[in-house]
Amino acid sequence: MAKVRGAVVVDQECCKGCNLCVVACPENVLGLHKEVNSKGYHYSHMVSPENCIGCMNCGMVCPDSCITVYRVKVPVEQD
Amino acid sequence: MGELRLMKGNEVIAEAAIRCGCDAYFGYPITPQSEVMETLMARMPWEETGMVVLQAESEVAAINMMYGGASAGRKVMTSSSSPGISLMSEGISYMAGAELPGVVVNVQRGGPGLGTIQPSQADYLQATKGGGHGDYRLIVLAPSSVQEMNDFVDLAFELSFKYRNPAMILTDGVIGQMMEKVELSDFKPRWTDEEVERLNGSWAATGKKPNRERAIKTSLELVAEKQEIINQGFQAKYKKMQEEEVRYEMIHCDDAEYIIVAFGVSARISQKAVDLLREQGHKVGLFRPITLYPFPSKIINQMADKVKGFLSVEMNSGQMIEDILLAVSGKTKVDHFGRMGGVIATPGEVVDAMLTKLIGG
Amino acid sequence: MAELQLADIIKPENKVYGKSKIMTDTPLHYCYGCSHGVVHKLIAEVIEELDIQEETVGVAPVGCSVMMYNYIDIDWMEAAHGRAPAVATGYKRVNPKKYVFSYQGDGDLAAIGTAETMHAVNRGENIVMIFINNATYGMTGGQMAPTTMVGQVTSTSPYGRNVDINGYPLRITELLAMLPGAAYVTRQSVHTPANVRKCKKAIRKAFENSAKNIGTSFIEVVSTCNSGWKIDPVAANQWMEENMFPFYPLGDLKDGERDSFEQFSVQKLKK
Repeated sequence: MAKVRGAVVVDQECCKGCNLCVVACPENVLGLHKEVNSKGYHYSHMVSPENCIGCMNCGMVCPDSCITVYRVKVPVEQD
Repeated sequence: MGELRLMKGNEVIAEAAIRCGCDAYFGYPITPQSEVMETLMARMPWEETGMVVLQAESEVAAINMMYGGASAGRKVMTSSSSPGISLMSEGISYMAGAELPGVVVNVQRGGPGLGTIQPSQADYLQATKGGGHGDYRLIVLAPSSVQEMNDFVDLAFELSFKYRNPAMILTDGVIGQMMEKVELSDFKPRWTDEEVERLNGSWAATGKKPNRERAIKTSLELVAEKQEIINQGFQAKYKKMQEEEVRYEMIHCDDAEYIIVAFGVSARISQKAVDLLREQGHKVGLFRPITLYPFPSKIINQMADKVKGFLSVEMNSGQMIEDILLAVSGKTKVDHFGRMGGVIATPGEVVDAMLTKLIGG
Repeated sequence: MAELQLADIIKPENKVYGKSKIMTDTPLHYCYGCSHGVVHKLIAEVIEELDIQEETVGVAPVGCSVMMYNYIDIDWMEAAHGRAPAVATGYKRVNPKKYVFSYQGDGDLAAIGTAETMHAVNRGENIVMIFINNATYGMTGGQMAPTTMVGQVTSTSPYGRNVDINGYPLRITELLAMLPGAAYVTRQSVHTPANVRKCKKAIRKAFENSAKNIGTSFIEVVSTCNSGWKIDPVAANQWMEENMFPFYPLGDLKDGERDSFEQFSVQKLKK
């Protein structure tokens, strides 16, 4: 058995805060930051990184190609 | 000695295109130049040299197909007549703006609007002052014989690639439709892909290579200061044309007191008028600009010191006369004789005009 | 077992998704949430996956994507408004081995360039045509497009598109699917991850068709223009689903190759 863990890296300067990745995420990992980047956008970031499964949905819908997705398989010990 | 034939001017344009290694012709039928594409289609050059011939859905499409083919660094051409050239003016402006070579043949007919299908020279200003929007110029060659219809196709390609600017062969329904003896050029092979890369690879969109920046054939630059620099580059190019590419022919100008300035078919009519005037004892010469742009202003200005007057003979209301007036700069008299709407002047009319407007006046 | 740290996951060997190498570093000038960016990167990904960067030439339109040549690292031509299919035709005819694609919006492709669009497809040019339909003129500030929905408010139909005055929204993709020169005609969208995947497949197929010389491949992408529509990107996706998809249904309209039309070939005229 293995479980999948993922992580998302958002290029915060490139992000325009359109929110499409936040909506596309099935695990509610992402949210818009209360801070803004140098252009004044509330950029996207991981608010619940532990939930990320690396499904790439956020990256797929990102119009600005500012999301990189990583994924690892983590072996789960059988009880 | 090349191959001798008796051919129509329009047919010769087609034959010369094949022989000079043209890669593609895109066109749309319009009187009085439809023989160009008809000849090409009948000749099937795609089987002989690989040259593409395509009947477009409009002149607008044809000129934009040229834009595409020229972007590839290829020798592309089109032909049309006055109303069609108006439609192409958008694309010609874009080509000039993107610095793309290509040859446009205008077999002029009378205008404005649908006008007539009879020959005319009423597109002089359109051809030499740009025609479309923006500050640009075309290299404009004016053949006055079927032989020159042959010779100027290759020359127009040569100049248009040298300056990376569209070139126009500005002819008319007479030269396009008449048959004359012509010595055809020898065949030149089309450029191979490697030759295109070697000759035009520095600017053409031949596919992005790892060792160079991507080629972008565009006329767009939104920053006004940068757009001005681009325009300054164009102007430098046009200045160089004025210095190096002026072509003209002079007949009986050495001792002339009066000079007829005429191009294309008007020059042929005027040549007869010069003969008639000389028979009457008048020292008249003919000056024939071959490049209408760049216009032979310098030589006209020099001649203006010696002669008593110039008569501009054109098949229009007086268009080239504006360039002659600028060249002469008030040094001597300049007048105009022309017929409009597709009417061809006779040598007798030119003689009368010279006598009444200049010699007797 | 100890909980994985983020640093253990964010390692090059674990990367599963990122920006295509064919995309340049230039930030896209589009408004936030604009569909253009998604379609751009799909094209770049397909070019990268097929390894055809050196063989591909794009034709940019006039409209918001006029400067798309700044974003995809290939050779480009910038066409006059509506003329991209003619420019693509000219290029492809003299360079038949190249992959040539045009990219146009609804005003460019379905209004001013209708003739060039129809005839390029009707000739069966072996090019890829990508059509972004967002029912508005985005660049000039949200005016009515040929594809604007009935009743849709735009800056030139401020009381909603009225068919008595403005005529009807144009389903040009359906028209093009009827043409014998078309090989592949499809309508896609990029508003959900699943649709993005489907759209990419369609773009890939179109480029593969181009190498097979089987006719024109045409992809409409029903898209949003949240700035033009004056709503946020998420709401724009929803509006598109509810209002545009019923009129512009997604799916393939033709998938095959251009028709031979041999059965309609006439006998030579006898004199």
